[in-house]
Parts: sequence; structure tokens; C-alpha cells
Amino acid sequence: MNSLHDFMEKRAFALMVGILLTVMVGGIVQIAPLYYIDSTIEEVDGMRPYSPLELAGQDIYVREGCYTCHSQMIRPLRDEIERYGHYSLAAESMYDRPFLWGSKRTGPDLARVGGKYTDDWHVMHMSEPRKAVPDSVMPPYAFLATTKLNYANFGAHLKAQKALRVPYTDEMVRLAASDIETQVNPDADDVDAFLARYPKAQVRNFDGQADITEMDAIIAYMQILGTLVDFDEYEANIKDNSR
Amino acid sequence: MSDNKNIDQHTGTETTDHEWDGVKELNTPMPKWWIGIFYISILWAVGYAVAMPAIPLLNGYTKGLFGWSDRVKVAEAIDEMHAERAVNAQALIGAGITQIENNPELLRFATEQGKALFGDNCETCHGKRGLGVVGYPNLNDDIWIWGGSFDEIKYSINYGIRAAHDDTRLSTMMAYGRDEILEPKQIDDLVQYVLQLSGQTSDGAASMRGATLFAENCTSCHAVDGTGSRENGAPNLTDAEWLYAGDAKTVRASIFDGRNGVMPNWNERLREEQIAALTFYVHSDLGGGE
Repeated sequence: MNSLHDFMEKRAFALMVGILLTVMVGGIVQIAPLYYIDSTIEEVDGMRPYSPLELAGQDIYVREGCYTCHSQMIRPLRDEIERYGHYSLAAESMYDRPFLWGSKRTGPDLARVGGKYTDDWHVMHMSEPRKAVPDSVMPPYAFLATTKLNYANFGAHLKAQKALRVPYTDEMVRLAASDIETQVNPDADDVDAFLARYPKAQVRNFDGQADITEMDAIIAYMQILGTLVDFDEYEANIKDNSR
Repeated sequence: MSDNKNIDQHTGTETTDHEWDGVKELNTPMPKWWIGIFYISILWAVGYAVAMPAIPLLNGYTKGLFGWSDRVKVAEAIDEMHAERAVNAQALIGAGITQIENNPELLRFATEQGKALFGDNCETCHGKRGLGVVGYPNLNDDIWIWGGSFDEIKYSINYGIRAAHDDTRLSTMMAYGRDEILEPKQIDDLVQYVLQLSGQTSDGAASMRGATLFAENCTSCHAVDGTGSRENGAPNLTDAEWLYAGDAKTVRASIFDGRNGVMPNWNERLREEQIAALTFYVHSDLGGGE
């Protein structure tokens, strides 16, 4: 035993290989089963890829680092469920690239914030957080309302997501930019087709301004969070879903 | 290495045989207690892997002797909570104001539940203790746009105002300027009349012209005398209380772009007894309920 120790300790390459093998075993045991065990691959009705505008909102969410203060993960704990709603399912972030569970709650959890507040409130709160919540320490994001959304080539973004195995169709990629325009205009001609592509998407002018701004995108994203799965039909207690 | 032990003269401890400029490194053994804890941890890990869900298999994973499941546990915790609250919650669902006030236990329950729920869900818009924010009504005063009785408040919370629910309270304050229903000049006159209605200084001649316009466009909701109507959620324009502000500029903006504030419907997010508790809290604790 001591001679092996001696051998490894004095040879950098042997030590490296040894470390690699050890870490590999740990990695394989932890990661590989996730790809084949049925119970870790939970499919839930209602999930769909984000609409282009929602995806643009998620980009802004990442860009501004919202995830450093807000989590999107309701844990299976009684008090958390009482405050935020049904605990988050893994499937609910199945189309998140990257996932945005977060690990810190300076602000509240946002996993089910969709529909909880009105668009107007979001505009006011993003622009001037302390006007809405006097004790808030959130920085203001008023510039989102004055920054036009850059979406001319948004199809490329969907393509990138597709490469990461988000199931966008070729049609969705082709119509990405026009779908962004449709989602903020309830009078657009192709609203029905858009809703067929992205069921449950909310179509309206989110920030109340004529231009399509980053504020439209972030609010569209906020309003869809946690609303896709119908929990009246989700059976938490059947055997396959209990873990 | 163990065969040719080098013992340090001063400490009597074995050295590692490494030597730098005559300085040797001691090979002090780990303390016994540390090694003990190390081996106990290994044993603990083995025991834990047997007791709890741990090892992935080809089909599924070992469930462990305890069959632990977070989801089952939390479902139990929530059932337990509902069981603890069952009596009060059941009583609260159908109860009116007097029934709650005459039952000290129910009163305590409704107040505490209502307060917590109000903080989690309502204060973000209606402000601390419901004192109101521009565009979001103060719930402490006696002014109720849609009605301040127990039942009316409950209806507003359940179905919201201009919300995404079929039974929601609906009305539209039209965008008289943006949609070109009135000329800009006419809107200026109307503003003067609204200022006069609310007892502020106004331009008399413009206000006269505005009165005619008011009669033609506004009275069906805001009533002939401008005192508003609750069926239409049309605010009283003759008092000094304003949802958005009563200065000429804001009144003009209200007429020009319309005002259609939204309150979400809470019946899909909150349970029936939670809405009853909130209603009681808004009606009686914040005060101003009718």
C-alpha cells in the first residue's frame, strides 16, 4: 500500500490519471442515470418552448443578472408552497437554456409570478421599484422602456436554441421576428396561427408604448412564468410522480 | 519507506525523508480522533445509502429502507396544515361579517390569515397596509370604486377587475383623445369642467362648454352630477380623492388616453377560505368597509 502511495505521489502524470479516473466514476454514477431512468425524465402536459418575445425577455433577465437576486425554484416545503404556489417541477424548466433556478433570494421567488401582477404594475415597478414597494432594494430598470428591442435577426437565436435541442420547428425559426411583432399586437392577422404555435402565450401590448421595447419582452417573460402547467390536472401523488 | 525510518532527534517523530538544505519534514501521524471521525463518516455514508433513496440502477433507483420522498412529505405537511385549519377554514367560507366578529376564534383566524395573505399578495400594488399607490386604490378610506361591502370586496378579489376571467368586473374609460372621439380643444374644456366639479379653480367659460360635453359623453358612467356609479366602476369626480391625481395635467391624460386599471382575479391562485380571510381583513382591519 505504501509503495503505491509512494509511486503515485512522486509521479505527476500517474497522479493525474488517478484523479481523472476517480472523478470519472463519480461523474458517471451521478450523471449517466439521469439520461435513462424514467422517473428523472418527467414529462408534463402544457410545456412548450418560449415564444420569441418571451425568449428575448429571458435573455434580458440573464443579461441584467436578475437571477443573482431572484430564484425560480419553489422547493417542496410547506411554507414555500403556501406563499408561492405549487412546488416547481423539473419539467417546468425543460426548455430553459440556461436554467435560471438561482440560489439566492434577495427578492422573492419568481417561478410563478406570471399573472400575479398586472403589466402596468410591472412597468411601474421596473422603472421605479420603490414607487411600488417602498422597502425594495431592487435597482431601477427604467431604461428597458426606452430601449428598442433588437429582434431583426431573432431567428438565429431560435436556431441556436434548437442546436441545444429546444424543439423549435423550421417554421418557428423563420417567423421569429414576425412572431415578436404579433405578440404585442392583438389586432395582427396571424394571432391565431401564433397561438397555435405557442399555446397560452399572452398577446397584448405589454408596456403600453407603440415601440417594441425590452420592457415588452421582460414583461412577456414575467407573465408566462409558471403558467404553462395546469396543476388541476397534475397528479402529484401518483406513484410515478412521487419522489 | 517504512523500512528505513528516519527519526528526528529533537521530537522523536518519523520524518518523510525529504530534505531541503539540511531541513527535514516531519511525518506527524493524523490525530486518532480525526481518523476515528473519518471512518465513522464512511460508515454513515454506507448506512445512509441503504436507508435513503440513493443508488441508480438500470431501471429506477434504490428507494431506501425509509422510502423517503420529498413530495410525499410535503403533501403530508400540507394535509396536516389543512387539517389543523379545517374547522376555522370551513366556518370562514360561508361566514359573514357578524359571524366572524362574534366568534373570537374565527376572528383571530381571519385576521391573522388575512394579514399574512395581504402582505404576500396585495401590498405589492396597494402599498403597505393598503394605503394605496397612484393607480392602485387606498383601501383604508371610505371610497370604493366598485363597492365596499363584504360581498362586493369578496367579488373584486375573486374575479378581479378587467382581469382574465369571464366574471371579472368590466368597464372601459375610453381614450377620448388618442382614439379621436373628441377634439383636443374639447378635451381642454372638459378638463376645466372636471376641475370645477371637484371644487378646484377653473376657467368659467371653458367649463361651461365642458359641461355640455360632459353631459354628452361622460354621464352614462360618471352620473349626471359626476358622482360616479359603482355598477360601472366609475369614480366620483366631485370629491377631492383621486386614483391618479386631480391636477389639470393628470385629468387631461386620463381623458386623452383613458384609464383601465387591472386587478388580477385571485380565485385561481388562492383558496376560498383565504379569499374570505382577505376580504375580512380588507373590510374590517384596514377599515373603511361598509
